[in-house]
Amino acid sequence: MKVNYIGKISEENLPAIFVPYFLESVHAGFPSPASDYMESPIDLNKHLIKNGAATFLVRAQGQSMLGSGITDQAVLVVDRSIKPSHDSIVVASLDGEFVCKRLKLRPKMCLMPDNPSYPPIFINQGQELEILGTVTAAINKF
Amino acid sequence: MPLALVDCDSFYASCERIFRPDLKNKPIVVLSNNDGCVIARSKEAKALGVGMGVPWFKVKDHYLKNGGYVFSSNFALYGDMSARVMNILESVSPSVEVYSIDEAFLDLDTLDKNFNLYKFGCHVKGLIKQWTGVPVRVGIAPTKTLTKVAIYQVKKMNVATRVVQLITQQEIMKALSLTPVGEVWGVGRRLNQHLQQMGIVSALDLAQCDPAYIRQKFSIVLERTVRELRGERCLEIEHDVAAKKQIVVSRSFGQRVDHLSVLQPIVSNFVVRATEKLRDEKQKCSQVSVFVRTSPFNDKKPQHRGFNSFRFSNPTNDTRDILYGAKIALKPIFRPNYSYAKAGVLLSLFSNEGIKQYSLFQDPDEPKDNSPLMKYIDVMNAYKTQIYFASQNTSHYSPVRQNMISPKYTTSWHEIPLVD
Repeated sequence: MKVNYIGKISEENLPAIFVPYFLESVHAGFPSPASDYMESPIDLNKHLIKNGAATFLVRAQGQSMLGSGITDQAVLVVDRSIKPSHDSIVVASLDGEFVCKRLKLRPKMCLMPDNPSYPPIFINQGQELEILGTVTAAINKF
Repeated sequence: MPLALVDCDSFYASCERIFRPDLKNKPIVVLSNNDGCVIARSKEAKALGVGMGVPWFKVKDHYLKNGGYVFSSNFALYGDMSARVMNILESVSPSVEVYSIDEAFLDLDTLDKNFNLYKFGCHVKGLIKQWTGVPVRVGIAPTKTLTKVAIYQVKKMNVATRVVQLITQQEIMKALSLTPVGEVWGVGRRLNQHLQQMGIVSALDLAQCDPAYIRQKFSIVLERTVRELRGERCLEIEHDVAAKKQIVVSRSFGQRVDHLSVLQPIVSNFVVRATEKLRDEKQKCSQVSVFVRTSPFNDKKPQHRGFNSFRFSNPTNDTRDILYGAKIALKPIFRPNYSYAKAGVLLSLFSNEGIKQYSLFQDPDEPKDNSPLMKYIDVMNAYKTQIYFASQNTSHYSPVRQNMISPKYTTSWHEIPLVD
């Protein structure tokens, strides 16, 4: 049987999700003066998600929202509990497909891409549109 | 003050539809582990005549020909969606009993006396739908058993608001007269037959029986049901869900198994999973049982069911002990030349992890305590199984068949929904 050495088990290398955050840099050779000032780690969930039960993550495809800073493959934070208004970036289902666009309520309701090379989408009679939630943040990975 | 029962409408099928807007108004069924039986149906699938619990192969052709959609069960998704729904309920009521993955009882006692209960029900229903996409039904009544009757009325009468309240005597009587006794919470098939023979046909007939007579003739449990139907609360909201009394892990196989050398590693896999759950519940068990059975749908071949237990001298949650016990229990029930279709492992006789009882022959100074080792294995295997026990089936051949599973839309970074 082939056995792979995975590594030593210690409390330090157990899976963890936080990033410790120090106020001061640590000077070598001196008992760490920073340890007393250790603050709670930054929790991205806390900053990006207000209502966990109503928040979903989705992945954007394409360039149609480039003007809003949403690049291809960006992860969007969608909060279904926030009522969208004029100019909100929303995720909607249009004829059975998920789309992310800017909602325009005037002069005529439409879903507006944020890229001049894409035309606005007007909702014609017989089309099914359901606004699912408001996009509150986009995470672009480089 | 009354209770409310919030019940998710065709829960598994609804979860699948939330992330597939193209399936609006389309028939959806969800299959059990291994794609064996139908365990959830959308109302469109019910309309196509797909029964609850029927073997998939029996309805497959007809169902697919009529444009139905089918999914393997995706419990990662259903579990997450359920947690969201329960979370919302806990934000609207301080007293929630999560009764199952898709049902919860709410105590409305804390609401203002002048609060319109029906409006409250509609509000909760709307909130859950808006925030999660899950459609729910709400039943409001003085007792748990009556909230179940209210939910039955929503289904049966197809109430547009999906909310029914049974508060006045008149509302309760009418609903009971429209509910067959077999649909009453706690009345099973055999009890139903018995009651029918006695001329007790509707829930109202049962409610009008003398509780003392029912107790004498049947049981204290059914007496309680009678009292609850009359509006007398016998079952309270349970806040601290009692620790589990047993843990079962079982599956039907993708292919028939007729060799102990194949079955043994599969049973070991079940033991490993069951023992992880056991430690997660902070319990130890004193007994492991193993069961095997052939397929009841293959009546041309000889049938066999076997069940056997192994008792430990000391309670344990060490996977190695339980693997040993399961191996000993399995041997005598396995019969060669039978094609086994399902097996399972049951852990029982629990005691709390912290309590230690020494056996007569054990040296109390040398307690065998493996909890750090098991803890590390649990941590390392939490994300992806990396450490196996020697008797497990580690090959990529999986006995579980789940060909039609949907992405883990809400729990896996790489499987979240795509938007254009």
